[in-house]
Amino acid sequence: MDTLFAPATAPGRAAIAVLRLSGPATAAILAGLAGPLPPPRRASLRRLRHAGAVLDEALLLWFPGPASYTGEDAAELHLHGGPAVLAGVAEALVALGARPAEPGEFTRRAVLNGRMDLTAAEGVIDLIEAETTAQAQQALRLAGGGLHALVEGWSGRLASLLARQEALIEFEDEDLPGALDDTVAKALAALSAEIAARLDADAGAERVRDGLDIAILGAPNAGKSSLLNALVGREAAIVSARAGTTRDIVEARLILAGLPATLADTAGLREAGDEIEAEGVRRALHRGEGADLLLAVLPCDAPPDAATLALIARRPCLVVASKADLGPPRHPGALPVSARTGQGLDALRARLESEAAALAPASGAALLARPRHRAALGDTLRWLREAADAQLPELRADALREALRALGRLTGQVGAESILDRLFAEFCIGK
Amino acid sequence: MGPFFDVVVVGGGHAGAEAAAAAARCGARTLLLTHRLDALGEMSCNPAIGGVGKGHLVREVDALDGLMARAADAAGIHFKLLNRSKGPAVRGPRAQADRALYRTAIRALLEATPNLTIRPATVEGLERAPDGGIDAVLTADGARVRAGAVVVTAGTFLRGEIHLGPERRPAGRHGDPASLGLALSLAALGLPVRRLKTGTPPRLDGRTIDWAAVDPQPGDDPAEPLSWMTDRITGPQVACGITATTPRTHAIIRANLGRAPVHSGQIQGPGPRYCPSIEDKVVRFAERERHQIFLEPEGLDDPTVYPNGISTSLPRDVQEAVIASIPGLERARILRHGYAIEYDHLDPRALRPSLEVRSVPRLFLAGQVNGTTGYEEAAAQGLLAGVNAAHRAGGGTDPRVLLRTQAYAGVLVDDLTTQGVTEPYRMLTARAEHRLRLRADNATLRLTDTGIAWGCVGPERAARHRAFAAAVADALARARSDVSTPAALAASGLAVNQDGIPRSLLEVLSLPAATGPALDAAFPWLRDLAPGVRAQLEAEALYAPYLSRQAAEFAALEREERLPIPEGIDFAAIAGLSTEMRQRLDAARPATLGSAGRVPGVTPAALVALAGHLRRAGAPTR
Repeated sequence: MDTLFAPATAPGRAAIAVLRLSGPATAAILAGLAGPLPPPRRASLRRLRHAGAVLDEALLLWFPGPASYTGEDAAELHLHGGPAVLAGVAEALVALGARPAEPGEFTRRAVLNGRMDLTAAEGVIDLIEAETTAQAQQALRLAGGGLHALVEGWSGRLASLLARQEALIEFEDEDLPGALDDTVAKALAALSAEIAARLDADAGAERVRDGLDIAILGAPNAGKSSLLNALVGREAAIVSARAGTTRDIVEARLILAGLPATLADTAGLREAGDEIEAEGVRRALHRGEGADLLLAVLPCDAPPDAATLALIARRPCLVVASKADLGPPRHPGALPVSARTGQGLDALRARLESEAAALAPASGAALLARPRHRAALGDTLRWLREAADAQLPELRADALREALRALGRLTGQVGAESILDRLFAEFCIGK
Repeated sequence: MGPFFDVVVVGGGHAGAEAAAAAARCGARTLLLTHRLDALGEMSCNPAIGGVGKGHLVREVDALDGLMARAADAAGIHFKLLNRSKGPAVRGPRAQADRALYRTAIRALLEATPNLTIRPATVEGLERAPDGGIDAVLTADGARVRAGAVVVTAGTFLRGEIHLGPERRPAGRHGDPASLGLALSLAALGLPVRRLKTGTPPRLDGRTIDWAAVDPQPGDDPAEPLSWMTDRITGPQVACGITATTPRTHAIIRANLGRAPVHSGQIQGPGPRYCPSIEDKVVRFAERERHQIFLEPEGLDDPTVYPNGISTSLPRDVQEAVIASIPGLERARILRHGYAIEYDHLDPRALRPSLEVRSVPRLFLAGQVNGTTGYEEAAAQGLLAGVNAAHRAGGGTDPRVLLRTQAYAGVLVDDLTTQGVTEPYRMLTARAEHRLRLRADNATLRLTDTGIAWGCVGPERAARHRAFAAAVADALARARSDVSTPAALAASGLAVNQDGIPRSLLEVLSLPAATGPALDAAFPWLRDLAPGVRAQLEAEALYAPYLSRQAAEFAALEREERLPIPEGIDFAAIAGLSTEMRQRLDAARPATLGSAGRVPGVTPAALVALAGHLRRAGAPTR
């Protein structure tokens, strides 16, 4: 197996740059570069030399396998920041037999060496990509094996349920406890209820991971683009007095209650003047369908338009009375906001934050962050219900087995290959 | 030079008898060597054959034209279909046999087998050819018999040691000497050896049992035969009895635990969890006040009774006190005391799926020597080893294997050769992931065609099988195409959901309401079906909705089962396999990707790496 290296810190000028090394030749390479190995897991200052030249004065950490991140012999080199030092050391490492790592290769090795299961590996990806604190916490829980622990607990209980069911089949003529059938049925119901509750409670976890999607809809020239710019604090969308200026969707990112959100400004809802605008309207409505939250904009300087009112009637919206500096709101319950004067902006932001908090899991214990997690648990639950309804003991046992197998997909037992491929393609170098 | 046989089988127990008969049926000139002719087909423990899981194996051995089921039908004195209230997939036929009649039946079947020679001889050694394989066996009387392939079925004879309280003595089965020369010869092959233990209860004199004080347990009437070739059981039938231990029994055992070899440390090998000794039961299930005991007569003319459920190695005086504390057995006389036996078995992971030893060409091992327990497990291995030995002696190199998706016998061999054993291995239906398909009642449909292709099925069974298989196929096709509307079904008195959806008869049969005279009135052709054919139709209908949902997964699994791993594969050369995974795979040497997935501790990630490697051309070998 090759020995890999990769920078673990972002490229560019910085005080230090960390290089990570993993593989069977790690010890030999370290010795070649820095002399005798330091004690394991203890930082020591060493001078790095290669081909007669001093490359850097660096902190060196030596992690003998299997007690390392990858499960192999591994090391970290804390170098002085700057591209020249990094390039020099990298060149020396290649000369000593290491090769640059492919994206995700360190974590792939950790998974292959059993240091991490699939759910934990997914947590690491999310951690690297986490933009906000809520995301980072959730990712940390995954990387710490929170989901793994939960699933292990369930599979343990399911396995013992199945074992009891099997006893009824294999050993009919032994005297088994009389109420065994009953206790299986009760334990089965309890487990189903628990998994169902977790699925309900964690419905928002995917939103924490992917961020909230908020769409702004309204009539042309209702002030949607001005509202977007005021909320994100910059000129993200082109604003003009001309109706139909925004034809495609303009997106801007903002943080709401610790959650990342995408705010999308859309084309105004009206009979389109041309084909391009018609396509814009179609996209606006489509975007509205998929959004977590809709901002319906009704300007104070014009009567409410039919298209926006229809939208409000069709699905729950946060109704904003824009251009509040031009008059009173014309829709009951609408929040008056003026992008020009800043009136009502704080109130709107507060409303958005409370909506965001309501959409994201309240418990802070959400673990089922990926569609794959929910799908596997959903399957598990379906098989458990099937088991509860089964008319014959062998059919119940069969359904319990399938449930266990579905649960196994969560920590990666079957069909793992395509998941691994996608998972590792998503990785940045080093971690 | 010495005489030459295509196949030489060493040992005449359940594995040896099936191996010899199967090899001979396949056309190999076969020699069966047993140390005593009158011990052929000896039932050394419980006189019962079959049960849940085990009954499935018996029917599979039968479907490949083996001996066990036919002998049990000839010798059976008490038949019972277990799990009768459950679905057909988990029903297990069982027969209690008269031990003497069973030996007679097995010997008669063996003696009637063409191509088979039986000789009494103790095998003292195996002779190795220059290629490391076995090409001759040496007997105690100085004979040398050359062989194209050798099947060794050494049972518990390898370094067998009997424990009875503080007494210990070397032994094989009761009354037989331990097999020293053969043991040494096998040891010289350098095969991995492990120790196991098993036990047996004291045997009682049935004439001293108070039968009025125990619950009688009659057999089924009519009895369901074990063999598909047997139409009716004609022998006389007897009842068994049920009694139980008492709190006084448990007190006696507790007071003497220090004298039990298992608890005093005298015995080291692990015993079977599913068949604990009575002292184990009392310790591990301290809260139980009674443990059930089945009193099983060992024969019609034999007063010996086997008290199933109280296997023990407690000292003789304790066994006597224990028996006297049990209702109905107060005055029962012990004919032979119970004992525990420790013995060596060979780690079956050293075997190919053909049961040939990987490192010793042309040597096959079958039965208890591979770490299994039970006559049925031994018989199934024996039959497969015999078929493979005959094939090998004839120059064949591809193993003749049953898949897990196909047979319990396939599950058995795959479990043994890839997982090894940690306790004496017993078949359970829970081991078969395709349990709903592998029914005892459809063994012939699953396996007889394979047996015909292998050459181990005789013409009489082959003809009967073909007629039956055709009748079942016709009935299934007709039931699939016989479609009725809900209104028509309701008019015939069958209560179905009035949803307007037309249903095939196969779908109708899966409904709970579809029984009784109304069904026969609506589909008169059902009445004309032979009972066996109709039973197949009903079982298929019952499980069809479940099986069809798993069809895609089943197909994927079968593909994995069929993706071979080259024999000499170098696991160390596969990128992405950790040292631990390499060691596990190296120990098991799985033959297919499916088997690799069942090697304990092998992670999905390791399988992914292995699968990727197999798909790339030119897997490196060493």
